[in-house]
Amino acid sequence: MTAIDLPRPAPARALPFRLLAPAAAGLRDFAIALALPALILLLWSLGSAYQMVPQQILPPPAYVFENFRDMLASGELLQHAGISAVRVAGGFALGASLGLLLGIAMGLSEAIDDYVRPLFTAIAQVPTLGWIPLLMLFLGIGEALKIVIIAKAALVPMVLNTSAGIRGVPASYMEVAEVFGFSRWQKLRRLILPAAVPPIFTGIRYSLTKAWTALVAVELLASAEGLGYLLVWGRQMFWLDTMIVAMVIIGVVGFAMDKILALGEARLQSWRIDA
Amino acid sequence: MSLPLTDRPASGVRPSRRLLRGLVLPVLLLAAWELSSHLRLVDPRFLPPLEAIARTAWHEVWTGDLFLHLGASLARNLTGFAIGSVIGVAFGLLLGLSPVANRIAGPSFHAAKQIAVLAWIPIISVWFGFAETAKVVFVAVAAFVPVALNTMEGVSSAPAQLVEVAHLLRFSRWQQVRRIYLPAALPSILTGIHLGLIYAWLATVAAEYFMTVGPGIGGLIIAGRERFQMDLVMLGVVILGGVGFLLNHIATLIETRLLRWRA
Repeated sequence: MTAIDLPRPAPARALPFRLLAPAAAGLRDFAIALALPALILLLWSLGSAYQMVPQQILPPPAYVFENFRDMLASGELLQHAGISAVRVAGGFALGASLGLLLGIAMGLSEAIDDYVRPLFTAIAQVPTLGWIPLLMLFLGIGEALKIVIIAKAALVPMVLNTSAGIRGVPASYMEVAEVFGFSRWQKLRRLILPAAVPPIFTGIRYSLTKAWTALVAVELLASAEGLGYLLVWGRQMFWLDTMIVAMVIIGVVGFAMDKILALGEARLQSWRIDA
Repeated sequence: MSLPLTDRPASGVRPSRRLLRGLVLPVLLLAAWELSSHLRLVDPRFLPPLEAIARTAWHEVWTGDLFLHLGASLARNLTGFAIGSVIGVAFGLLLGLSPVANRIAGPSFHAAKQIAVLAWIPIISVWFGFAETAKVVFVAVAAFVPVALNTMEGVSSAPAQLVEVAHLLRFSRWQQVRRIYLPAALPSILTGIHLGLIYAWLATVAAEYFMTVGPGIGGLIIAGRERFQMDLVMLGVVILGGVGFLLNHIATLIETRLLRWRA
């Protein structure tokens, strides 16, 4: 970034080309980006057209697409996706709000941090995958299990980012607040919370990602509905087309959620306070 | 970075006191656990007393079962991790160094990595069966993603000044890679490998949950759950967390050791 940017000799080009160049370059990059998937798709269709791989191992792309359309038309796909979405929303809302409260408390009070952090670390240290079988014995395999697992996954990054964000408020700002004789409430309201918003938002983003991954894990291991279950079901029935559809949906939803939050994050960074 | 002035009043509280504070909640929790299982407030099948878990642990250690499971898990963990991270570094270097390769394969890679890694398990089990191969393949996939990603980032973060200097000195392509890009990318590559190691461990357990053939910590936990042996499940989960913690610790040590030169 801070390099002494030596001007790179650009090849001289006609003006209209220069004006169109960025758009053309974007289009070209897009085309190049599509080349590899297109090649894979081609090999895949050829492979299944000439029966080089058995259909059970890799169904032809047209088959997968047809299945996608059928599942969409019958509402089956939306039903499973909806169930997954409700679970993530519930678990995330619970975990992230508890995490926010705990993170604020741990960030503001040294004593609370001292008391809670070792236990919190121990709980966070055991990965979600470890909690699933354990909690399955306590909670069964109903909705409660899913909500608790997702909430735990969402809670951890929220606590870490919130407490670090509050601790990270520049000391010099705190001094100014002292000098102005801010009350405790004013400090919280006017200084600490606004300064901690960007890191907290980063926490929200991580926790949503973690919540989504946890959803897939818990649905793979203990569920009878939802996108993760579609994968397991497809596996049992040897329906690869169903599995591929479910994988793509899981990828697309995860991508979309992260992208939206990344945009929000970028906006927040623009008014970030730095020491 | 920040001035150690007001905020955290650098603790008027003594470190020993802070340690004690940290012990309060866990000790209370364990005491409540012990009491409630002895007073039969909770069905001991759900919450076996701590000594029962210790006894199970001792039994598993003594019969050597635990080491069998742990050894099997670690072996597939490390095999998959080694394969995944070698391919990851190679892939990351290729995409980081070659703009053409990056434009061709970059978008597909970034799209594919959006699929939560666990969602690959069912399809990998169709393609590779339920035995050892499938598990190692899945662990390798899990390790590959962070390693490739961080290697790419590391290479592209090579300081532009140094790259310019290398151009001026007419370094050959190999010299550029060897003297500029690799050293610049090393910290980032190590971060990727560190993450890869942790992902690989989680992936090992996940693979063992789903493909329960053969020994392994994941298989042990699932078996405990199916037989409703809470003590076995808890033992497995503690080991799962403990191994993760140790791997993380070892990786951190190696990382700091290797990056001493940065100071």
